[in-house]
Amino acid sequence: MSVATAEPAPDAGAANYFFAGSTIRSWLLTHDHKRIALLYFMSITVFFFIGGAAATLIRLELVEPAGWLVSSDTYNRLFTMHGVVMVWFFLIPAVPNTVGNFMIPLMLGARDLAFPRLNLLSWYIYTLGGLFTVYALLVGGVDTGWTFYTPFSSMFSNSNVVWALVGVFITGFSSILTGLNFIVTIHKLRAPGLTWYRMPVFLWSLYATSVILVLATPVLAITLLLLAIERIFRIGIFDPSIGGDPLLFQHLFWFYSHPAVYIMILPGMGVVSEIIPCFARKPLFGYKFVVWCSMAIAAIGFLVWGHHMFVAGMSMYAGLVFSLLSYLVSVPSAIKVFNWTATLHRGWIRYDAPMLYALGFIGLFTTGGLTGLFLAALAVDVHVTDTYFVVAHFHYIMVGGMVTAFFAGLHYWWPKISGRMYPEYWARMAALLIFFGFNLTFFPQFILGYLGMPRRYHTYPPEFQFWHVLSSAGAAVLAVAYLMPLGYLGWSVFRGKPAGDNPWRATGLEWQTSSPPPEHNFAVTPTVTRGPYEYTPDPVPQNA
Amino acid sequence: MPDIRAPAIRPALQFADLTQERDVATIGIWVFLATEMLFFGGLLTSYAVYRHMFADGFTEAARHTKLIIGTINTAILLTSSFAMAVGVEAAERGMEENRRIVVFALTVTAALGVAFLALKGLEYYQEYQEHLVPGSGFAFGPRYRGPAQLFFLLYFILTGLHGVHVTIGVGLVGSVAAMTRRGAFSTGYTTPIMIVGLYWHFVDVVWIFLYPLIYLVGRSTQ
Repeated sequence: MSVATAEPAPDAGAANYFFAGSTIRSWLLTHDHKRIALLYFMSITVFFFIGGAAATLIRLELVEPAGWLVSSDTYNRLFTMHGVVMVWFFLIPAVPNTVGNFMIPLMLGARDLAFPRLNLLSWYIYTLGGLFTVYALLVGGVDTGWTFYTPFSSMFSNSNVVWALVGVFITGFSSILTGLNFIVTIHKLRAPGLTWYRMPVFLWSLYATSVILVLATPVLAITLLLLAIERIFRIGIFDPSIGGDPLLFQHLFWFYSHPAVYIMILPGMGVVSEIIPCFARKPLFGYKFVVWCSMAIAAIGFLVWGHHMFVAGMSMYAGLVFSLLSYLVSVPSAIKVFNWTATLHRGWIRYDAPMLYALGFIGLFTTGGLTGLFLAALAVDVHVTDTYFVVAHFHYIMVGGMVTAFFAGLHYWWPKISGRMYPEYWARMAALLIFFGFNLTFFPQFILGYLGMPRRYHTYPPEFQFWHVLSSAGAAVLAVAYLMPLGYLGWSVFRGKPAGDNPWRATGLEWQTSSPPPEHNFAVTPTVTRGPYEYTPDPVPQNA
Repeated sequence: MPDIRAPAIRPALQFADLTQERDVATIGIWVFLATEMLFFGGLLTSYAVYRHMFADGFTEAARHTKLIIGTINTAILLTSSFAMAVGVEAAERGMEENRRIVVFALTVTAALGVAFLALKGLEYYQEYQEHLVPGSGFAFGPRYRGPAQLFFLLYFILTGLHGVHVTIGVGLVGSVAAMTRRGAFSTGYTTPIMIVGLYWHFVDVVWIFLYPLIYLVGRSTQ
């Protein structure tokens, strides 16, 4: 094993990364992974609220069955923009590029990621892709849905498909570079003594995520390129008039986009795996199982894309195989849920805000996961395909799961990132409100879907109105709840009480340096002597 | 390997030593090449699907590709990879005594890359003149018109993207050649040459798949 040898950093740098330089230039040209993480924080927050604004308009529109706010065409553009922005500009970078970027070197006992300049480049690429997408939005938006299905997107849509494609295509390279950087860093920059099985699960799950990022994203890139060629030149390989097969587009698209679902959930699972042991004061139950379940999800996740196409005209046998594999991929996820639950069993549980978010994650993710099994069953899927049941299912995973986990991680590591404590009372309120608002928004959508309400329609039969109004009311609660952290976390940067180096008495290496960390993370490279979750009877740091 | 380092070359901040830095670069390029593999993989999958759906049409279309130019280009790229391998090996055996060999080998590699691109351009031009570019003026009659257009779409996209990679490769090889001339590398620090070498070989390997798929498969059948 080749790891860094223990020697003092040649240059310890400034004592606090945040004040290492105060010019705009020192931020925009920084190579410090912590500062780049903050740049990402800012960008994804902007996109979260752009995507959120679209969602707000959608829910407002759906209060009335007849459609009172926007035209059908505008409605199509709203849900497309919501999907495109939330998937590629918020969810995929959410945990890896912010918390992950900040914490990976700290948890590894390293001074930075393996490729700091590439890390900065990744942010610029992301921003450039974001600008193209915003441009597509400003000049009128896109009406294809985030899935860009051909031939509508290539031949018929009268919206700005190409600009959106350019935006997503470019952003993909930022994903690839980040994934590459993480893989190499985790392989080669572990502190002395930090063996693979001593790594915190968060790092393992980001490793699994990165494998998907580097292997799936290029397929999206080539698919979108083929689509753009077809749209620009009015002839392409998915064009049915020359024998091309639009289903091939769907296969290629989902070959990326299903693994992308795991890009959006694995980091969340990693966050929760850090928080549960810390706030239950117990080692993570079945560490190796959790670790290998992440890897299994990443691997099997590549083999299940066909379940998005059960009604698209696939052969029955292909459907059977994809159905079976989809059941199979749920097994490692279920194992993780059992392991988190077993960790809680007879723990000394504290209900601080990160823990509330983490517990919320388990409930919402489990609901999303179990309804995923309904959808993996061929016969049930035929009944609920393209209904609100599907919408509710994936929002439970992506929003209930990933966004909740993002907030869990944000609160858990906030003292390390900012050096300040967030206000506990407000944070707990926000956590509870998010859980309540989320369920009120999306649980009615399961019922709507089961009753037959199709997705992507802005008018509906009046008998569905009750459930739609409930859902919109929930969305209002959720909107307020999502705005709250922006307020109190912002407040805490200036007024929060100083956090100290290790407010949670946690064991990971990131807590063994000062808060906020110095520019080069550690004055002396730590030497790891034990596993990540030695919480019983008293917490022992990994380098003790 | 002798550990003679030029005093100016230090590992970057995040590394403990140059060996670690080199290992990191090596893993980095391999991961990148895995990404590239999937990038071309999406296209090759499409090719496989349509070849299966329209076997006759693809065979017919493939007969219109320029076998001679394709074959010469294959020889050129394989030779360039040989030159690249010589350059990398010479650099690793001793940068100081082999500097001229390294510069020469890298220059030959880049020049062969340029030759490949020039021939490719000539090939495109001939195909353009023979109306093999998909679209309204496409040369094929109604029987194979659709499948042949699919074939040539895939042909232009595959070889076009490969050409982009060759162009980038020529730029990279040219730069490391110039850096070697300037004395930017020394024994024990030849990582960029090795990285660029791996990239170049990858581009070559892609072509080794493209050559039979485009020019050879089905050509001998009636």
